[in-house]
Amino acid sequence: MSKKKFDYFINGEKGRWEVIIGLEVHAQILSKSKLFSSSSTKFGAEPNTQVSLVDSAFPGMLPVINQFCVEQSIKTGLGLKAKINLNSVFDRKNYFYADLPQGYQISQYKNPIIGEGEVTLDMPYGTKKIGIERLHLEQDAGKSIHDMDLNNSYVDLNRSGVALMEIVSKPDLRSPEEVNVYIKKLRSIMRYLGTCDGNMQEGSLRADVNVSVRKIGDKKLGTRCEIKNVNSIRFMQMAIEYESKRQVELLESNKKVDQETRLFDTKKNITRSMRSKEDAHDYRYFPDPDLLPLNLEQNLIDKLKKELPELPDQKKERFIKEHNLSGYEANILVSEKEISDYYEEVIKECDKKIATNWITVELFAALNKKNLSISEFSVSAKNLSALIKMITSGKISGKIAKDVFEKMQINDKDPQKIVEKEGLIQQSDPKELEKMILNVLSKNEDKVAQYKSGKEKLFGFFVGQVMKISDGKANPKLVNDILKDKLK
Amino acid sequence: MSNISEFTLCKIVSGIKKKDFTSEEVTESFIKNSKKSKKLNVYITNCFDEAISSAKKFDKRGDFKGLLSGVPIAVKDLFCTKNVKTTAGSKILHNFIPTYESTVTNNLWSHGAFLLGKLNCDEFAMGSSNETSFFGNVINPYGEKLVPGGSSGGSASALAADLTPATIGTDTGGSIRQPASFTGTVGLKPTYGRCSRWGIVAFASSLDQAGPMTKNVQDCALLLEAISGYDPKDSTSIDTKVENYSSQLTEKVKGLKIGIPKEYRVDNMPNEIDNLWRKGIDYLKDAGAIIKNISLPHTMYALATYYIVAPAEASSNLARYDGVKYGHRAKGNNLTEMYENTRSEGFGDEVKRRILIGTYVLSSGYYDAYYLKAQKVRQLIKSDFNKAFNDVDAILTPSTPTSAFKIGDKKDDPISMYLNDIFTVPANLSGLPAISVPAGYDKNNLPLGLQLIGKAFDEQTILNLSLAIEKRANFKKNFKAWWS
Repeated sequence: MSKKKFDYFINGEKGRWEVIIGLEVHAQILSKSKLFSSSSTKFGAEPNTQVSLVDSAFPGMLPVINQFCVEQSIKTGLGLKAKINLNSVFDRKNYFYADLPQGYQISQYKNPIIGEGEVTLDMPYGTKKIGIERLHLEQDAGKSIHDMDLNNSYVDLNRSGVALMEIVSKPDLRSPEEVNVYIKKLRSIMRYLGTCDGNMQEGSLRADVNVSVRKIGDKKLGTRCEIKNVNSIRFMQMAIEYESKRQVELLESNKKVDQETRLFDTKKNITRSMRSKEDAHDYRYFPDPDLLPLNLEQNLIDKLKKELPELPDQKKERFIKEHNLSGYEANILVSEKEISDYYEEVIKECDKKIATNWITVELFAALNKKNLSISEFSVSAKNLSALIKMITSGKISGKIAKDVFEKMQINDKDPQKIVEKEGLIQQSDPKELEKMILNVLSKNEDKVAQYKSGKEKLFGFFVGQVMKISDGKANPKLVNDILKDKLK
Repeated sequence: MSNISEFTLCKIVSGIKKKDFTSEEVTESFIKNSKKSKKLNVYITNCFDEAISSAKKFDKRGDFKGLLSGVPIAVKDLFCTKNVKTTAGSKILHNFIPTYESTVTNNLWSHGAFLLGKLNCDEFAMGSSNETSFFGNVINPYGEKLVPGGSSGGSASALAADLTPATIGTDTGGSIRQPASFTGTVGLKPTYGRCSRWGIVAFASSLDQAGPMTKNVQDCALLLEAISGYDPKDSTSIDTKVENYSSQLTEKVKGLKIGIPKEYRVDNMPNEIDNLWRKGIDYLKDAGAIIKNISLPHTMYALATYYIVAPAEASSNLARYDGVKYGHRAKGNNLTEMYENTRSEGFGDEVKRRILIGTYVLSSGYYDAYYLKAQKVRQLIKSDFNKAFNDVDAILTPSTPTSAFKIGDKKDDPISMYLNDIFTVPANLSGLPAISVPAGYDKNNLPLGLQLIGKAFDEQTILNLSLAIEKRANFKKNFKAWWS
């Protein structure tokens, strides 16, 4: 199969433009407690029930770093093949807002905990490495609710102080599809590591999207706009598409792109100016004097490195080698850890080739149809494996297996029992099959004559008829063999 | 027993233990004095009723395990006290009642003491005269028109006027030592990290330290021992052994080397300050210490550095007082207006001045020239001390460039007010322990203190040297309770 060529460009009136994208992904760290306090981080609790004196910034309260969150960020850094900085510093980012109780966010500005790394994307036109600029730790703010009351806003501080990793990519992305694959890959890595659940509906993963355009062949980057806080991949893609076209139109009509912060309007599917560079906040960053610089021991990093699970890229390589998979198959099987675990569970006791097919075709189709994740799927790996074994042993046909699979999805029944109960066992008794075949042939003497005079296409017709009178249970291979013999 | 209130803390502790008097009698005597002290304006909140019932409970139970068993203590109103209003001397917290207890005050209570009341201070501890408090000036017992110093002015006056047997203050740039010097009392700023900052209303986090204010050095050692210790809730608190300062206290300082930094002989320093310093040198020589001239070359930049670093941190620390969660809230038609009105009404002029300075020095375009530069100079000041402490065990300087000044004298001249901290800020910038011990009087019969700066976590040495000075200076307070 020849590789597709990269072809995402904006075709303007005066030429083709390249879209340059960089992402700042905010990933909520999987941790029971917050970055600087012991309050719970559980999603969906009653407003303001998971708030400590530290989270609500009472006088005299002091932050204490959560070691677990630090380790989670180191693990993520290792997963991104990034440099782990032994010394990093927490800074205060100062601004006023009702859901920011301290009046500043504790973040890392000049000295982040994680330095440069990379993420590998598998695109139809080959693999592509996206550079990671940095990863830093910071606290989330609370939530302002403006639509509960006409005259007042409400504030929920449950999220205040929750640990986030801000993962900043280099401006290496070139299309909405690359953004899609990048986010999914990042999410996959973090889920393998158990450092972020990647749940975009719950806000565990959001991104600021930086977009600029340049004429093909230009070396210099254009002026970029930052689209703030986009919380789904689809919105990111739509925002990029809209924003890059907007910029091309500006530039082609000899106007300039203003460096500014924009918002994506999810109702109109457009980006809107939020504030210009001139109005940009002066955050007055300075090192937080309540926290000592974060000094890591190399030992800790070595230990975490040793404990690192197999990551998607490694697993893909292994799958290709061990299970004889194509790159495409391996890719989709490792994209989610749960799927790869499921796959490896299934193939423990049955044919790998058929299992791969079943999972990538039948199982994925079922998941898509019902919009389920593998962990929500009702058929256990053990039962799917049993089903496949029945196919390979000739007990049931592939066609019957599909019906059984449907039935298994209702309540994860043992396929063996379904087959027995419904009498779906494949008919492999040559004598019985011969009877059926002779029956079919005698009823269709005219067609037999045509076949014998050279119309070999009719062979399929005879097979079909046999299957029909056997309720699909006839063993197709045996039917073929016997039929060929009888038609000689 | 009318004179219990004049006793030292140690005498009260041992008197209660020996049953010479009861905790209730002690408490009554301080309450009696306190009730007659309205003119001094030291209390923001009194807890007299609660104190009496605590004393009664103590007398019944008679548990003498703590270092401060049965002792009533009033503290600066910067320490958060559970269920007791904590204002930081500010209108913006005029109605704030914490649900928690600061670590340092909690340490007092664990040692058997109980709260007598909350003492006036400069607003958010920003001031050197106690004139910035929303709750009004505090009067120095040495004179109706005199400031007690600041920011722990209420604490210093209350102590000097026998309204509390001892007290604790906080010191960001001299806020314990300068008022101690102005009121003839002992005040110690511990090494940064020695006492927990948890539950203390923050002014400048990298400089703030709580510390004891007492009638003599022995009391100071005892109180320091009670409040010190590592606190996992304060990341800047340091896990190192707390010495038994009071039992190890000795005036035997023979052979200790004392540095006299030439840079502290500032222009226009009154002769009597210089004379006091010489007297201090003589006292220590007499005690067998060895005097060495040293140089701390970056001293002249300390004050400027301090007045960049402290406001910068303050501007950020005080951002939380926005009317949203607690404290004063003004009306406004939108969020920004509510912020503006709340903070305009809630903060006084000096606090606003420092928030403005702090915001300015952290702003983009100015950060490098001010904040970053100040941090570099701060390092130089620290390394001056590190070098000096290779040769000496402690450093002796005056505590303040003048004695207590008149109310209103410097109120409209911030620079002259800030100059009052000139000898005290270097110890904060370098995190070192420093003590002010009363050593004499000026020509107007106002007390003057000497300062000893020690090595990090070597509070014991400066306490010992202070004891040697105290024994020789034989300082006695020379006023009657004119206010009662």
